[in-house]
Order: sequence, then structure tokens, then C-alpha cells
Amino acid sequence: MSIIKSTRLVYDYVRLSEDEKSEEISRAINGVDIEVLDGEFIAILGHNGSGKSTFAKHINALLTPTEGTLWLDGMDTQDREFLWQIRQTAGMVFQNPDNQIIGTVVEEDVGFGPENMGIETGEIWNRVNDALEAVDMNAFRKKSPNKLSGGQKQRVAIAGVLAMKPKCIVLDEPTAMLDPLGRKEVLQTVRELNRREKVTVIYITHNMEEVIHADRVIVMDGGQIRMQGTPGEIFSKVTELKSLGLEVPAVTELAYCLKEKGLQIREGILTIDELVDEVCRLSSKI
Amino acid sequence: MIRDITIGQYYPSESVMHRLDPRVKLFGTLLFVVSLFIVNSFLGYIIATIFLGAIIYVSKIPLSFIMKGLKAIILLLLLSVAFNLFLTKGEIVFQIWIIKITKEGIRLAVFLAVRLIYVIVGSSLMTLTTTPNDLTSGLEKSLHILNKVKFPIHEMAMMMSIALRFIPILVDETDKIMKAQIARGADFESGNILKRAKSLIPILIPLFISSFRRATDLATAMEARCYHGGEGRTKMKPLKYAKRDGVAYAVIILFLVVVLAESIIVPRIPALSIFVV
Repeated sequence: MSIIKSTRLVYDYVRLSEDEKSEEISRAINGVDIEVLDGEFIAILGHNGSGKSTFAKHINALLTPTEGTLWLDGMDTQDREFLWQIRQTAGMVFQNPDNQIIGTVVEEDVGFGPENMGIETGEIWNRVNDALEAVDMNAFRKKSPNKLSGGQKQRVAIAGVLAMKPKCIVLDEPTAMLDPLGRKEVLQTVRELNRREKVTVIYITHNMEEVIHADRVIVMDGGQIRMQGTPGEIFSKVTELKSLGLEVPAVTELAYCLKEKGLQIREGILTIDELVDEVCRLSSKI
Repeated sequence: MIRDITIGQYYPSESVMHRLDPRVKLFGTLLFVVSLFIVNSFLGYIIATIFLGAIIYVSKIPLSFIMKGLKAIILLLLLSVAFNLFLTKGEIVFQIWIIKITKEGIRLAVFLAVRLIYVIVGSSLMTLTTTPNDLTSGLEKSLHILNKVKFPIHEMAMMMSIALRFIPILVDETDKIMKAQIARGADFESGNILKRAKSLIPILIPLFISSFRRATDLATAMEARCYHGGEGRTKMKPLKYAKRDGVAYAVIILFLVVVLAESIIVPRIPALSIFVV
């Protein structure tokens, strides 16, 4: 069953001029059709201004389409009646960990979502415990968020979303402000959740290394979908990716260069292990 | 420098005072401050001192830590003492040139200083033993009645707790901006007051811009987590009165009664006139 389905989605940012007479329209998304299945791990790639964040904000009705429709779990996001149910179905994690933590204590922040939903006290505690357990942050529950590292803060933010029991989590460049270690931490947590709890994940990033484990990769540029497919398929098209201003992972790049030089290496290599196997296979032939 | 201020800070410890319901502490602080202005005799101040001393003892907060909070008001304290001391008319005890010190002046100055210090110590005892979250939810709950006159008490409490959450973040950010500007050759240390104040502009403007950005981000994040005001919102940690809260209320009211009785009875009994200053 599809959880997210958008048809010919268009969104215009309207900017009024100083005298409020003329308006300047910039089209951020232009006719996007996306269908996401329940339990999928989708990565959306694109450089700055490609419309990927704007699209993400449509999923939980922070923005509503100028044209076209987006259905989340059968609900039209333009329908105000479903607004809180939609936000509860699709949780969102943002880029800056400091600007999305509301509580002054970790556990209170995780409880913020359920409190807003009007869930009774006992059940809030159950959910907070489960959510902190799921992101492995139970040991820090009484701490102040200011005392945590970037990766830990982002895990708290993920727990805050999980406590609302969403079917789908949208992560909008969650690792952009983190160090490599924090990045790994967050990505691992997200993959775990997808695998164990069967939560649908929409992972938005411009970092190629992070998408190699996704079920499907969608590449956006200029508000439109340019490429779509498994990570292997996408990364085999190195020249095309480069023309969209995206860097491929270093291993894929190396494999691509070797192939350019005439070696018989297959396309779409994503990990070091794969490349090693390929090279070994070649050398055994010689 | 900013980190030195202890007013409004929380001192983590496990005492009865810490476990009391925030509403009791708010009410108690209010009554204590009111009673300080009822007290008008030596005996009254002794009663208030005993009461305050007992609370400090029960709260298990080191006295030196509480006294640190007084540093922030020392200038205000000295100024008001000086005004009272030198400008009150009455029976002159001491005079050099045009400076006169009167008996009434001494009395007023001492009482004022004691009152001010007790007010600050009393209210910082409340903040020292109450987490910001408890404090805001206590305020929200006890001022709930204001909702009837359309006063947005939930929103006020939410703003307060967000402000408290962002203070350390903004302090860090100020530090960062300051260093960045110093690296670009900014000078914050030399020059007169006017020049120094002017040199703060390159810190304040980036700080303001980034705070606005943070505010937008936070608002979006709150909306994404279903925040829609106080209506239909439940509490993860609802306030509930325990037995000790009832006892605390009784103690506070007893204190007020004693102070009131003292202020009415003492001046009328000649035998106790030594206590009337």
C-alpha cells in the first residue's frame, strides 16, 4: 500500500515587494509525482534549491500545494480537518538540532508531541520510554539537551517524533550540521528504525554516502524529479549526476575512473567491498 | 561574566524544599514578601530571620551560594541605603559639614537593607529549589483563573520555558560571535563607555538575526509536532499535591498569622516597648 502519493505537485513561493503591490513568484516544485510504499526507505537527493526541502514540508502539511495534490495515508493534506492527524502520521526531523528541541530536559522534550496530542499521562510515559529506548538514549533522559553532542541531540529529536507513533518519518538533512561520527550515529538509528519498527523513512540529503542503503533514490533538480531508481542504478550514471551538481561517493568515482581507463568493471559500485571483489575478479582473469 | 548571575538559577539537590509543589513555593514566596512589609518592629524581624533561616537550613543549599545572588543587587542596595541614611529628616546623631545622619535615617536604612536582602534571598530560594519547568507549570496552574479574562496564561508559560531553554544557547552564540569579531580585529576592551557600547553593535546585530532564524525554525518544529496552543493538551508531569504540601501551606499561614499578630500586639504593650525601634 502506498503511504505517500503526490500527483503533479506544484508549489510557488510568493514574495511581496516592499510596497506590497507587485509579487515575485518563484516555483520551488514543478509537477512532482512521487509514490512511496509502506515501510520503504526513500532517499531524496539534490543540491541547494532543488526543491527537496519544500517537498518534504508538503508531506506533513507544513506547506500545502499551489497545484496538484498530496495524499498521506489516504488523507489529502489540503484538508484542514485532518491536519493534526497528518502531522501525527508523518513526523519530521529538521536540520538544526538546537532549534527543534523544546524541552529543557531530554525526557520532557520527547513527551512534547504526545502532550500536544492530548494523550493521558501514563501512556505518555510509556511512549517516552519506548522512544528513548529505540534511539538508545535512555541513559541521558534526565540530562539537559544543551549538554549533548550534535548526534545525540538529533537522536533525541528522532525520539520526539517516534513518541507520536508516526507511520512515516521525514528527515530533512538531519546530518548537515553534524561531525562524521554524529552522522554515522544518526544514519544508523534511522536504518534500525526502518528495519525493526517498519517505519517508512524519507531521508533528504545532499550527501551521497548516506543514501547507498536506501531502497530507492530520487534525484531532484530545479523542482523536478530527474532520476529515480535503486542506489546501484543511480550511481551508475556518474556523468548525469555530475551534470546535476552532485558528487558521487568516492568509491563509485574511483570505479568509474577505472572503467573510463578501459578496465572491465561493472557499473554502480557503492561500497569498498564491492570494488575489492570486482578488482579481485579482474586480476584472477588475468 | 554572564554565567555568574545566580538569580533564577536552579541548584540541584534532594531536599524537602526541592520536592515541594511549585505552587506552594510561589504562594509562600509571595506571602513572605508581603509579610516583610508588614513587619515594623525589631521582634518582627527576628521572627522573619528565624523563618528564613529555617527554610535555608531545610533546603540544604549552602549559604555562600545564596549570598552570591546578592552580588547582582549590591549597587541598588548601597544606593537606597545611602539615600535613606542621608536624606531623612529628624533627630541628628552625627554631623559633618552638610552631611547629617539622623536617628530616623539609620532606622529606615537598616530596615530597608534587611527587607531588600530578605526579598532577594527569599525569592532566589524559590528559583534555586524549583526547576524552570516546574516553575512555569506551577505558574500556569496557579494563574489558570486568568484564562477566564482571556489572559493567555498558557502561552506566557510556554514563552517563559522556551526563553529559559534558549538562554544557554544564546550565551554560547554571543561568545562565538564575539570571538569571530575579535578575529576580524574588533576591539571590545578599550575606549570610554560610549565607545564600548558602540562596539557591541557588531555583536548584537548578528545575534538578533540568528535569534529570529532560530525562532522561525522552532515554530516550524513545534507545529510539526502538533503544537496548537494549550487547548486539549495533556501533561506528562501533572502537578499533584502531596501531604507535605499541605503541611507547608499550614507553616506559611502560621508564619503570616504570627507576623500579623506581632505587628498589632507589640506596639500596644508597654512592657514590650524595648522591641519597638
